[in-house]
Amino acid sequence: MAKQLYNQPSPLETRVVSKNFAIEGSETLDVYLANDGYKAFRKAREMTPEAIVEEVKTSGLRGRGGAGFPTGLKWSFVPRNSPKPRVIVVNADESEPGTCKDRLLMEYDPHQLIEGILIAGLAVDAHKGYIYIRGEYRYLIDEMDRAIDEAYAKGYLGNNVAGTGFQFDLCTHSGAGAYECGEETALLDSIEGKRGIPRMKPPFPAVAGAWALPTLLNNVETFSAIPAIIRDGGAAFAALGTPKNGGTRLVCISGHVNKPGVYELPLGFPMMKAIYEVAGGIPGGKKLKAVVPGGSSCPILRADECDIPMDYDTLAKVGSMLGSGGMVVLDETTDMVRFALRIMKFYAHESCGWCIPCREGTTWLKKILQRFYEGQGRREDISMLGELSKNMLGRTFCALGDAAALPTISIVEKFTEDFEVYLARQEVMV
Amino acid sequence: MTFSPQLEERFAKMLTRYPEGRTRSAVIPMLMYAQDEVGAVTKELIEEVARRCKVTPLQVDEVVGYYSMLHRKPQGKFHVQVCTNISCLLVGGEELYEHAKKKLGVGHKQTTADGQFSLEEVECMGACSWAPAVEINYDFHHFVTPEKLDQLIDDLRKAGLRKAQ
Repeated sequence: MAKQLYNQPSPLETRVVSKNFAIEGSETLDVYLANDGYKAFRKAREMTPEAIVEEVKTSGLRGRGGAGFPTGLKWSFVPRNSPKPRVIVVNADESEPGTCKDRLLMEYDPHQLIEGILIAGLAVDAHKGYIYIRGEYRYLIDEMDRAIDEAYAKGYLGNNVAGTGFQFDLCTHSGAGAYECGEETALLDSIEGKRGIPRMKPPFPAVAGAWALPTLLNNVETFSAIPAIIRDGGAAFAALGTPKNGGTRLVCISGHVNKPGVYELPLGFPMMKAIYEVAGGIPGGKKLKAVVPGGSSCPILRADECDIPMDYDTLAKVGSMLGSGGMVVLDETTDMVRFALRIMKFYAHESCGWCIPCREGTTWLKKILQRFYEGQGRREDISMLGELSKNMLGRTFCALGDAAALPTISIVEKFTEDFEVYLARQEVMV
Repeated sequence: MTFSPQLEERFAKMLTRYPEGRTRSAVIPMLMYAQDEVGAVTKELIEEVARRCKVTPLQVDEVVGYYSMLHRKPQGKFHVQVCTNISCLLVGGEELYEHAKKKLGVGHKQTTADGQFSLEEVECMGACSWAPAVEINYDFHHFVTPEKLDQLIDDLRKAGLRKAQ
């Protein structure tokens, strides 16, 4: 019997980081080695650290966690010659609503992630790595622990990685339920055993991160893309995408589609094609109303804004973001007041409380949306939601404040008619 | 306080993983694993973790209130977590949560009188493309319908009763 995957692959995919997913036993080191495993590490071992970083820059790879920062550039910020030891931290705190891809990378191809971490270790001369995995993913912590033990036992971690004399130690670290810990500096506080509160930047983690050591911190998918980039060359990876938007990425399609799933698509893939061909269109032939392009933090797009290629720059041009790859599709029946309220309940729950505009802003936005949803809305609430949100923008340590404000601003501005429906209904009641 | 041999082994290893003098880093993972065995983060457990990680009990206590998965009171034997965040919401997550409340006769963060089940409405847990999703203890269940949830709960209740006998 063929391996049972979470969803059927689509023929429209370009499978690079997910190329091994469907192979029986893909989570084992033997199968990984039989499918190009550790070719990239051996190649990187013969390269200078500068050349590795250069190759990553050439690939055009941008952070797959949400912010989309160029990975090669981030790597170049880590001071290799610092007297302090460098450490690598993997962000596996996947918790942006709409996002469920890092799960698959750890479940189906844990050794690809380990190889990516090892190559990063060569690039910044680090010898210790930590994979911070959200507590809800206990089965994946167990899975990564198993893969790490296997790698140690067979000589792919430890004092003599793959017989090359390179030394590297790796372990998992469990989170305990906090969206905020996906923010890189809050994650660093959390890994130090504290509440996950964001830090003031600078200093950036590359200079003073975990335990004040120079820290290279990337998302699971970012590290998982590294072996392919080194093996086949940065240029080959870049060529899969569009200029400045290299490669492929895992797009998590959810919501009102016939075939929700995680699909690996090249950067620049048309959004409408992703919805209607890859994900099989909208159930019941209903019309498209809106799309959340990259996780709940991203400004929402109206149906008439969705005829675009999915790359970082195009999304920025239409005032949104590609974020974490969590694409949520909404059909014409969706009540945007209810949707906005659910988003704000989430951010109010997850605000760590450190910055007042975020802590108070999310609480008040939630209260206003709640009363609107319960039929107690006032006309001036509509503009107040927008103004309150705008006052949060850029006034917090981390991006959670913006993440709460941006979708709200876009929903209020683009779907005012949904709020009007509530007001009209109230008038009838009176 | 001592834990099972497996947990003791895990903790011994855990304390060596972080840079020298940084055993505070083990606080959160240690609490996560220990609470599964103890049943809750008790005062005694806080003191034990503090002793092992060489920090004050207050430094342990302050993280317990922050992280949603750490709990001071025991949960049900089966902790049913229903996601109602956006991807689940769009395909019936809220209705599923309402159904779970009725089925179990308890509300958010409450436990059934027999201690078998507790319920929690949770935030996104990374199952968006296979929504609506439910996690029972650490097991994920995808594309959950009210009927499927009833079946899951009934099966667990039977299994729980069998074990108790």
